[in-house]
Amino acid sequence: MLTAASPPPLLRGRVRVGVLLFALTTATHAAGPAAHAELGEELSGGATTVFDDGRNAFSYPAANLTSDRQTDFFIGNSFFKKNWVEAPASTRARDGLGPHFIARACAGCHVLDGRGAPPKTRGGVAIEPPTGLLFRLSIPGDGGIYGVVSEPTYGGQLNNRAIQGVQPEARVQIRYQTIAGRFADGARYQLRQPLYRFTDLAYGKLHPQTLISPRVAPQVIGLGLLEAIRADDILANAERQRIANNGISGRPNRVWDAYAQEWVIGRFGWKANVGSVAHQDAGAFVGDIGITSQRFSNDGCTDAQPDCRDAVAREAGVRRARGESPVDIDERTLDKVIFYTRTLAVPARRRWDAPEVLRGKRLFHDAGCASCHVPQYRTGELNGLPELSGQTIRPYTDLLLHDMGEHLADHRPDFAADGREWRTPPLWGIGLIKTVNRHTYYLHDGRARDLMEAVLWHGGEAEAAKQRVLQLTKSERAALLSFLQSL
Amino acid sequence: MGKRFAVMAATMIFSASAAATTAPTPKAVVEHYAVVVYASYEDTLNAARHLQQAVDRFVAAPSADGLQEARKQWLAAREWYGQTEAFRFYGGPIDSATGPEGRLNAWPVDEAYIDAVKDRADSGIINNPKIAITKKTLMALNEKDGEENISAGWHAIEFLLWGQDQDINGPGNRPYTDFVDDKAPNAVRRRQYLKVATDLLLDDLTQVTKAWAPTAKNYRARFVANPANLGKMLTGIGVLSRGELAGERIEVALDTKSQEDEHSCFSDNTHRDVVANSRGIRNVWRGEFKRADGSVLTGPSLRELVAAKNKAAAERVDSDVDASVQAAESIPAPFDRAIVVGSPGRPAVEQTVVALKRQAEGLVVAAGVLGIKRLNTAVPE
Repeated sequence: MLTAASPPPLLRGRVRVGVLLFALTTATHAAGPAAHAELGEELSGGATTVFDDGRNAFSYPAANLTSDRQTDFFIGNSFFKKNWVEAPASTRARDGLGPHFIARACAGCHVLDGRGAPPKTRGGVAIEPPTGLLFRLSIPGDGGIYGVVSEPTYGGQLNNRAIQGVQPEARVQIRYQTIAGRFADGARYQLRQPLYRFTDLAYGKLHPQTLISPRVAPQVIGLGLLEAIRADDILANAERQRIANNGISGRPNRVWDAYAQEWVIGRFGWKANVGSVAHQDAGAFVGDIGITSQRFSNDGCTDAQPDCRDAVAREAGVRRARGESPVDIDERTLDKVIFYTRTLAVPARRRWDAPEVLRGKRLFHDAGCASCHVPQYRTGELNGLPELSGQTIRPYTDLLLHDMGEHLADHRPDFAADGREWRTPPLWGIGLIKTVNRHTYYLHDGRARDLMEAVLWHGGEAEAAKQRVLQLTKSERAALLSFLQSL
Repeated sequence: MGKRFAVMAATMIFSASAAATTAPTPKAVVEHYAVVVYASYEDTLNAARHLQQAVDRFVAAPSADGLQEARKQWLAAREWYGQTEAFRFYGGPIDSATGPEGRLNAWPVDEAYIDAVKDRADSGIINNPKIAITKKTLMALNEKDGEENISAGWHAIEFLLWGQDQDINGPGNRPYTDFVDDKAPNAVRRRQYLKVATDLLLDDLTQVTKAWAPTAKNYRARFVANPANLGKMLTGIGVLSRGELAGERIEVALDTKSQEDEHSCFSDNTHRDVVANSRGIRNVWRGEFKRADGSVLTGPSLRELVAAKNKAAAERVDSDVDASVQAAESIPAPFDRAIVVGSPGRPAVEQTVVALKRQAEGLVVAAGVLGIKRLNTAVPE
């Protein structure tokens, strides 16, 4: 599916020139202003862009999808949105939930195709179980094609819900610690650092070397467009940063793709630990909802979880007796969900040509944010999806891993990503999270309570950029936020 | 050559004179739309009041007849509400960021989120005494932690009145004794829930009706002041045609052939939902609305406005809207039987999708005639 994974040598030669040109262009940008509205700048997703800034802003199909192509989108949407139920059930199209799970539907975490939030807190302590925030678990070691070695008792992630007769794996307690700071002009700010603790561990102790990584469900817009970015363009980002030699040194993750059956560049997930939308969707189905499919046919019960294994065996028995397929979701339906998640459109920018926003855009570039949050690409070809191919898009990401400093570190490697590295998340649509999801929690674990806090958490390779933001005046900070809100 | 020119000239003269005598102004069309919207919500609100009265009587003294009457009033009110769905999808009072749509009409409902279901006697808000059943809690719990976690609105009430649909040939058949103390666990909480959810429905319908009332400072006043809102009118009926009705509500059901994919699955009223939605689209296009008292509102319409500029484009949509209402009316009940492969009803359902898709394409063309580009027709809920 990734057509650009290994381009012919001739193309490679041409791309080199492109890399240099791009480096020069970027250098010019850094020195000079980027403070004019560019032609078509509001079209974040090129011809796929939709114009809506309401609660449904993340829920549209690509604008250039024909009516007949939309049918698959609507069916995919239905299987993304509606709850899965325990098997065996009379509703056979949607049974097979669990045994362990964290949500009953994709939309349980990605509500309205948007972003999850950490649990509500009172007095710095979470007062409800997390939904839309999951915890990956592993132990040190080479995970091979899995990227990590799963924790032996609980598996690759903590599932805090289960079907009847099976124990939920644990409860999560979250506490926040306040960190105070000041801008150069004396204005104060406060950040909150989350601390996690698992209680009621149903299957005994965690391995003493367990590595834990919290992950918030991100908005799911524009995934197909990110997939359509040419691998060479991602590599060129790393090359440009290397040549600039200014402390920014992104690198691509390398991951095993269960669909392509080969090693590819990671693009999706907080650690860029997934290389294709198909792999992402099928992996999330089995990991988060317990819905097995042809390529991910194992429900993930460990040897230490007999109730989970019994439930799987019971379900398999019923399926056999009914003469049904042993997996929960058939390939035809899964393909429609994959089509749906690939073609969810990116909404257009708002106020992209307002003076305040343009001023913020210039500050964004001047502070160096654009070296990782790379504004623009022209997509390559994506098989079967001409709508997403050859589009000028503005995702604001380099899709590379960066050391983000000790405060954000989870100390849990994932394929080539080390414990301090995170993938630059795309910024398109970020200004609409509040409208769609009614919250403004950002970063991989939702610790940032607004966009400025998210900026202030930047450390490591982004330390210098953050220092420049700390020097901004109040009105400059407001302009920077206006720009981010316009995305 | 000369002859062809003469024909063209004649056509131009004809349309020019037609435009001179019949073309309404965009302002007049937008203003009349507001009249239709308000009348539609007013009739819905009145019908919902009858539902509320029936529910009040039923919870005061549960009986088989009382339940039957509440169901009858629910069905009657849906005929009016279904037509108002043509006023959605452009961030108006019904579905702006603060609008009540997600609380009024969200579906599908995860029944177990509300009440006991087959093999799960203790599930749902009703069977969890820790939750106080108030308007405030039902509002807070709606769509919490998932889009199917529906606690309020038409379909929550529908589930309470009919119960799960376990009957292949008919609707759900919840016994009235579910609401009688000592006959069913938590009957008092079930009565409370039905009452509170119905009151909340009335509150929300009242809110949108007021927003469209002919008074000085409300949404309607701002709406009619801007003739560019023609685009919103077309977006509403375009999205309802393609994304919502054809896509979300019918094509998905045709694909899965599954009862859980029908809109009013507890009452088996989906066939009427489709008809009411189709009529709502036609109402907006023609600027017509047949009121509950039998009178008919007419006035300057999108149809006339488009016809003045491009007669063919208007005629096409005109026949499209009739065709889709007709196709919708031909879907036999129950819908969950009609969608089964090989069922005699399935071709009617398929035909309705074809008609709605064609109609949406015609609306895009009509919008183009009025200079409106990028008409959205595809947002799913």
